[in-house]
Formats: sequence, structure tokens, C-alpha cells
Amino acid sequence: MSDITKQSLSELIKNIRERKISSTEATKAFIERSEKSKELNVYVTEDFSAAIEKAKKFDQKPNLDLKLPGIPLAVKDLFCTKNVKTTAGSKILNNFTPTYESTVTKNIWNEGAILLGKLNCDEFAMGSSNETSFFGSVQNPIDKGLVPGGSSGGSSSAVAAQLTPITIGTDTGGSIRQPASFTGTVGLKPTYGSCSRYGIVAFASSLDQAGPMSQNVRDCALLQEVISSYDEKDSTSIDFKRNNYSKELTNNIKGKKIGIPKEYRVDGMPKEIEDLWKKGIEYIKDCGAEILDISLPHTNYALPTYYIVAPAEASSNLARYDGVKYGFRADGENLIDMYEKTRSEGFGAEVQRRIMIGTYVLSSGYYDAYYLKAQKVRKLIKNDFDEAYKKVDAILTPSTPSSAFKIGEKTNDPVSMYLNDIFTVPVNLAGLPGISIPAGHDSKGYPLGLQIIGKAFDEQNILNIAYAMEEKINFKNKITDWWIK
Amino acid sequence: MSIDLKTIKHISKLSRISVDEKRAEKLADDLNSIFEFIEKLNELKTDNVEPLTSIAETTLKLRSDEVKSKNLREQIIKNSPQENEDYFVVPKVIE
Repeated sequence: MSDITKQSLSELIKNIRERKISSTEATKAFIERSEKSKELNVYVTEDFSAAIEKAKKFDQKPNLDLKLPGIPLAVKDLFCTKNVKTTAGSKILNNFTPTYESTVTKNIWNEGAILLGKLNCDEFAMGSSNETSFFGSVQNPIDKGLVPGGSSGGSSSAVAAQLTPITIGTDTGGSIRQPASFTGTVGLKPTYGSCSRYGIVAFASSLDQAGPMSQNVRDCALLQEVISSYDEKDSTSIDFKRNNYSKELTNNIKGKKIGIPKEYRVDGMPKEIEDLWKKGIEYIKDCGAEILDISLPHTNYALPTYYIVAPAEASSNLARYDGVKYGFRADGENLIDMYEKTRSEGFGAEVQRRIMIGTYVLSSGYYDAYYLKAQKVRKLIKNDFDEAYKKVDAILTPSTPSSAFKIGEKTNDPVSMYLNDIFTVPVNLAGLPGISIPAGHDSKGYPLGLQIIGKAFDEQNILNIAYAMEEKINFKNKITDWWIK
Repeated sequence: MSIDLKTIKHISKLSRISVDEKRAEKLADDLNSIFEFIEKLNELKTDNVEPLTSIAETTLKLRSDEVKSKNLREQIIKNSPQENEDYFVVPKVIE
């Protein structure tokens, strides 16, 4: 079968279960395509020969009842994988090989999947374009010289270019949904506490969540069902009844109430985005759901709040990189000098910037003015959503304020880079689930996404709405394989 | 509010990241534009708002206090930049 890599995850599983394709054939097909796609720079670490061995072993005694039977897949390089180098896109972890496995990836391997390798990302997931990675920027398969979004840029690019049938990313302020939107793929950020954070390199612990990135909504639902679990190793993991999201997936959303928040009509939003949003509203009405105007009054304060809370937590989390226990060490004249040189040489510019912002807002004399203030505004933002959900079942917004931009276009202006996450950040601050689905193209032919935000633990509902809309939108990604010679 | 070079030096010390003069100026510029953007929060009156300190509105689960992972010495030391038998090695700290 020559077109293995063109199959969606669900098709691939069906063909493997029906013994039309073996796991080894599938694994080799994705590896072969990845070998021809080096220019995209999606991989930090390839684990191809081990993957073929694992696939052969699977085929000798295939357990076809598993949810991901012999499925090869690559994951963001933020998940600790036992005995496979895990860098978080940073020089400081360039020599780090975990001796343990993250819970989320363990759940995936337990269902029969096979690791292809580790995917590029912004350093410590801090970025919106994958340009802060120590391992270089990633190309968006949509067009040469275009960013794939970030921080899960290697992941979004790999799914869109069909180098992996599906993947997982992490989302702290939009790092799954924004790259999904930039590459014409589907990305889900689950409710905070749905997926264990154990073994994920920490960025901002009260915001970080792992989630699936896929070619379609059904695949996304299936992977969410696999990765979401209660885990006593993560004290913020929540013990709630988890659905069989893919089994319970339905396009019947009749009578659902969908809110349209007026505050998301931001100044300077391109007309194409506005039109896409209107089209989305029409699709929802076509599905028999009801549209309601709502207000989320503190939306404009979400980004400034995020840029206090996230760097504050990051400055604390990244204090562990001291050149002593693991990771890169620079030589110094004494202990303090060693610390300072290690962190100065080991962290890239954006990570240093955020550590410094975080250190400053937590420092003596400024804590109340910045950190405490941000925590209070975060409460107001959460209250906005609580109020809205008294009237509606879900909320529809654009995923991003623009389509993908050129590599290098925004690297000199941190604030303009941060504005990318204007529609995604409020969801993390409120701990809610959000999904981005491809919904159209701009005049350049670049994909644009719509975001559906749900109530906490209501992943099934937003997956259903996304599934119903996907059918109406009938999106086709325009990818020419320009990088394959 | 403006972040000057003295403040950059102070934050650099607190965060244990050495910064030379040239980079300090660029950092001051970047941080000033970011803080200008953050100052927007001052438009809001928040005197009577409770800070949100935990997003998950559940109490922590209790579990019995038992050892679950043992004999990890080798694993813990495995990734260290410099070790000596069972110890991490650091530059001399006592004169």
C-alpha cells in the first residue's frame, strides 16, 4: 500500500485491524516520508530503528483490541520518554535522557502505539512560532518560509505534512490550538487536570496541559480518550468520569446554545477572520444549534495577566536548571559563577526574558502590584466564563488573529509575538477545554481556524460541535509537498 | 514605571543569569515594552476580588504514606554533569 501516510489515524487503525497493513509497513512508510522531509526540521530526535524493531515485535503477536494497535507516532519533545533524549527545545537539556516515562506517553504506549521520535518545539514551550528552539525553526508544510505556529510547531508541521498520523502537544497559552490553526489541523487543549502533567517538562504549572493534534476530529477524540487519566503522581490531576470520547462522538448538536463573545471582535482584526467567524456561526445554525450573543468583559486583560502569571511560574520552575543534577553545565570560578554562566549560556533569549519578568514580578516590593494583581484579574476572567456558561453550552471564537506569518517577521518584537495568543490565553487562565478546527483559507491560501471553548470537563460537547462543524466545513488542506525533491 | 540598568542587574542576580552590558540594554528595552503592556491591569479596581490561587476547585486527595520508588540512586545520578561515586560534584564552596 503506497498511500499509507495519507490515511487518517482512524483509517490506519481499521486497516491494521483488518490485517491489510502491518504495523511494520505503516512504521516504515512514515519513516520513509520523514527521511524525505528533513527540510521541515520537525524532528529533534529520531528513534526510527527502535520503532521498526517495536513494530516487528508487535506484528509477531498483534493485539488488535488495543486502541492504537501498532500505530507509529511522534511526540513533542517536552514529554519525558524513558531512555530517549528529551530536550524541551533547549541547549540546557541537550544531553538529558530521562530514566522514566511521562504518564501521558505511557498511556499511549500501553494502547499499542510506537514512538517514532521527538518533535521540535519552542524552548521550554515559550514561543508562538517555533523560532525560539535551540534546534532551529520549523517549516510549515503549507508554504516555504512560513512558521508552523508554536510552541508545538514540530508537532503541527509533522501532522499536516503526514509524517506522523497523529501527535501530542502541550498548551500553556495556545501552544496546541494556534499551531493547529496555522497548519490546517485539529488541536485540543483539555480541561486543566484532565491529562497528567507528570513527566512533562514544566513551564507554567497552573496552565500547562497536554493534548492531541490530529488531521480530523474523530482522531482527536480517540487520542484524548487514551491520554486523559487520573494520576496520583500529579496532585492537580482530577478524578472525574472520563467519556469514551470517540465512541460517544455525535454530529447531533440540535438545541445546543453557542455563545458569541463580542469582546473577541478586536481592533485591527483582518476581515478574513471576521468573515470566517460569521461563516462558522452559519454552520452552527445549519446544525440546528442556537446562537446567542454573550459578553466576556475582561477579555482584554487576559494577555497582560498571562504575561505575569506564566513567567512567574516559569521563573520558579526553571530554577532547577543549575548545572548540578542534570543538563548542561558551564565552568565557573566558583559555585555562583557556575550557576550564572550555566543559565546564561544554557537558556535562549526568550527563556531568559521570561525568567527575568517572572523574577521581577515575584520580587520583594513588587509581588502585590504584579503577581497578586494578576491572580485577582485571573479570578475576574474565570468569573466571566462562569457567568456566560449559565446561558450557553459552548463558545465560538476565531483561533488566532491572523494566519501563519513568515519566519523572522515577529522575532524582534516580543509584544507583537505575544498578541498571537489573544484568543487562546483566556481558556488556559480559566482552566477550560478548547479545540481549534480548520475552517477556511485566507486570500494567500493559508489555513484559518475556529475555536470552540467548553465548560470544564465538557470535552465531549466541544468535540461533538467540532465534529458537526467539520462535516459542514469540509476543509481540504492545500499541501503540495514542495519540500520533497 | 521604567526598568533601568540597575534593576536589570538586580533581577539578573536574583535569577542567577549573568548579563553583560550590551545585553542588559536590550533586555531593559524589551522588559519596558512588556511592562508597558502589562500595566493595562491597573485600569481595573480589584480591591474586593479574591485572588485565584488554584484553578482546580477540588481538595487534594489523601493517600497512605508509603515508599513506592526505591533504589533510584543510579538513575538520579545518571544525568549529572559531574559526579563522584554517589555524589554530585560542584565547584569548591568552602575556602
